[in-house]
Formats: sequence, C-alpha cells, structure tokens
Amino acid sequence: MTATVHVVLPAPLRTLAALPADVPVTVDGAVTLGAVLDALEARHPVLQGTIRDRGTGQRRPFVRFFACEEDLSHEPTSVVLPAAVASGAEPLVVLGAMAGG
Amino acid sequence: MTAVRVLVGTRKGAFVLTADGKRAEWQVDGPFFGGWEVYHVKGSPADPDRVYASQSTGWFGQVVQRSDDGGKTWSPVGNEFRYAGDAGTHQWYDGTPHPWEFARVWHFEPSLTDPDTVYAGVEDAALFRSGDGGRTWEELAGLRGHGSGPHWQPGAGGMCLHTIVLDPRDEGRMFAAISAAGVFRSDDWGKTWRPANHGLRSAQIPDPDAEVGHCVHRIALHPARPDVLYMQKHWDVMRSDDGGDSWHEVSGDLPSDFGFPIAVHANEPETVYVVPIKSDGEHYPPDARLRVYRSRTGGHEWEPLTNGLPQANCYVNVLRDAMDVDRLDPCGVYFGTTGGQVYASHDGGERWAPIVRDLPAVLSVEVQTLP
Repeated sequence: MTATVHVVLPAPLRTLAALPADVPVTVDGAVTLGAVLDALEARHPVLQGTIRDRGTGQRRPFVRFFACEEDLSHEPTSVVLPAAVASGAEPLVVLGAMAGG
Repeated sequence: MTAVRVLVGTRKGAFVLTADGKRAEWQVDGPFFGGWEVYHVKGSPADPDRVYASQSTGWFGQVVQRSDDGGKTWSPVGNEFRYAGDAGTHQWYDGTPHPWEFARVWHFEPSLTDPDTVYAGVEDAALFRSGDGGRTWEELAGLRGHGSGPHWQPGAGGMCLHTIVLDPRDEGRMFAAISAAGVFRSDDWGKTWRPANHGLRSAQIPDPDAEVGHCVHRIALHPARPDVLYMQKHWDVMRSDDGGDSWHEVSGDLPSDFGFPIAVHANEPETVYVVPIKSDGEHYPPDARLRVYRSRTGGHEWEPLTNGLPQANCYVNVLRDAMDVDRLDPCGVYFGTTGGQVYASHDGGERWAPIVRDLPAVLSVEVQTLP
C-alpha cells in the first residue's frame, strides 16, 4: 500500500533544499515516522543530517515533529502516524524548536 | 586586471566582498546561507573559483557548501563526518571521559595544488580530508590516535581543530592546532602526527610546559619561510624557527599578549600582525581602543596601528580566523570584528577603513588575490 504524506519543513530547510513549504512524500507500507523521514531524505539527500544526526540517526535536539496537534518528537521512529497524516489530510510538521540565536 | 575577493563568514550567513586592485570601491554580496552560522569560507589556491563554506546551526547541524564560480552560486556537498573506528573519549570540562561527538566544521584548508582536495578541522577535534571536492570525507585518524587524544580537553569555545597550515614546499608536511590541546605536526600527508608544543608555557594547566593541553588560538607562516611559524596562544605570542620543534615567546612590548588571530605580511616574512585583547575574561581591546599591532622584526618589538580604527568605547573582539592579508604590493590587511565591521588597510596597516560595518558578528575573513 502506498501513501502520500505531506511534510511541512521549516524555512531554513526549505531554502537549503529548494523545496516548497509542503513536500509530498510517498511511503510504501506502514506510515511510520521513520518511514516518512527515510523517504524524505532519500528523495532529498541534502536533508540528510539536518533533521536526524548522521551518525546516530537520532532526532537533532532542537528539531520537533508535530502532527494533528500532537508532539511526536519523543516517540520512537517506529510510531505509526495518525490516519489523517497517512491519508494526506493533515501534514507532518518538522520545525525548529523555539530557542535563542 | 588584479582583483581582491574577501570571503566573510558570520553568525548569520556569508558575504563576499570584491574590489579591483586599487581596493578603493567594494561590492558587497550576500548574505549567502542567511540565518546560518558560517564558521569559515575559503577558496582553493589552485583554482580561485572553487570555494568551500561551512554552514551550520544548532537546529539543523552541519552543511558543507561548494562554489565553482567564486562564490556567486553554491551547492551543498557532503556533510557526513564519521570518526574512524571506535571514536573513544576525550576529557570533558570536569575531567571525566566524554565521547567524541561531531559538532561542526571550524576550518577548511584547500590543497595548494588540487581544487578537489580539501582538509576540514572539526569540533570535536579531528581532521578530515576530502579528495572529491567535498562530496565525501575521511578522517585522518592518526591525529586523534597518536596517543594523547584521550587527554585532550575543550577550551571555552569547544574542543575544536581550528587551524590547518600546509607547507608550500611539501604539502605532505602539515600543522594542525587544537583548543585546548596544542599544535601537532605531520610529515606524511596526515597519516602520523606528533605534538609540536615544546617551549609553550600555560599557567592554566597543571603542568605549565606539558607536551599537550595548551590553548593555541592560531598559527601562521609565510610561504617563503615555512620553517618559521608564528602563534597567538591563549596568552603569549610565540615563534618557532624550526618548524614547530621548539617555540619561544615574542610578546615583547604588547599591551596584552592575549588574542586570537595572527597574520604574516605577504611580502615581508618578518612582519607580523596581532590584535591584542584585554584578557581571557574580557574579550575586548585594552583601553577600549581597537589597535592592530605590527612587528617588523618577527616579534618582540611591536607598534600600534590605529589610523582609522575606533580609539574610544570599542568593545569588539576579533576571532581567530577573522584576519588575513592579500598578496598585493603594498600588502592589504583585513580583519572582521564581532561587531560586524570588516576593516581593510591597503598599505600594510598604516591606514584603516571599514569595507562594511554592520554585518552580523564576523567569524572568519579569508582573502583571495585574483589575477
């Protein structure tokens, strides 16, 4: 089964990857957080290392994942995304945490 | 016609400043990578159109950018800096073991002869090499692995490999400087390394003349005399006449021998520039007067250069990678401040004027002299 998830990227990563605000990502099989990120990075390799650490694969500390008004940042990457995200009705939001600088 | 290109890295992007050989009127382009910290931008001596930039933020990590047209357009290349083997530990600030963790690229040193070969000095301190224009990176692990690595400790700015100097006679002979470990030298293209800190004394470490542990801020050499090295240490301005085998202090009559950058005149190997800073706790000029100090005797005797620089109420700093010279005659000297000014002198330091004065805090300044 193939799903198209809409990923909303933060402005710095849109500029870096020359992408629009809403990036459609096609996922085969279970629509997990990890599957969406894997597909996003495979399609746009410049994003490798910017959302997840290149060495450990862990979420970078100041990156957050939101969906359907829920914070999924601390969920394992195996977490299945809400049905509304899998159907394309709601986006997976990737954003930079509020932090100074 | 001869031209000069000044590559400026700042806290919020990169800028490219260009002028013809008169160096009177400047064009300011940028910001490139706006909003990102750009620790360093440096061009290839072998192909000045090839430029590498280190782009990073605490949010989104490290990106390496490459330009093939002198900084007009850029493309991201490889950002995978994987320590070789088991990365092991170094000492943390409290003396406990801490895993080696990649944070960012502080410094790029392109090969003198091959535009596709470039070295990267990173935090946590290690040296990487790319032979394919920055697409892939491989650690030169003999540096961290030479023996003292587990005892290295970060300076206040992090444990960074911030300076890479290549010997123009033999590029296989190279120097790397780490805060706070010291200087290391390789004679075999970075395969094996040994400490080169004999003669340094640092009161901030338990054994003041230890083989490693010194907070070296910057080293520089003149291409015509590559056995002579100059160093701005945390405190002390030092000189080596034997390729780093031994060092002696040349701080002489400086008002403060604390500082960050050190640069050598393009045409006079014994003419050296530093920017004294009040102290390790007070990172601004003594007496709130921004003064570049020049020695024409290879150290010991220094003269203040003040014409055109603020001489009251000045509290900026000049960071270690933020000073460079062009190769023209008379030699141009350039530096950037944490207040966002980039100053230039077109006569070896006699007179100064800002090229631009309201950039984000300047992290690095590199100068290309173009044919």
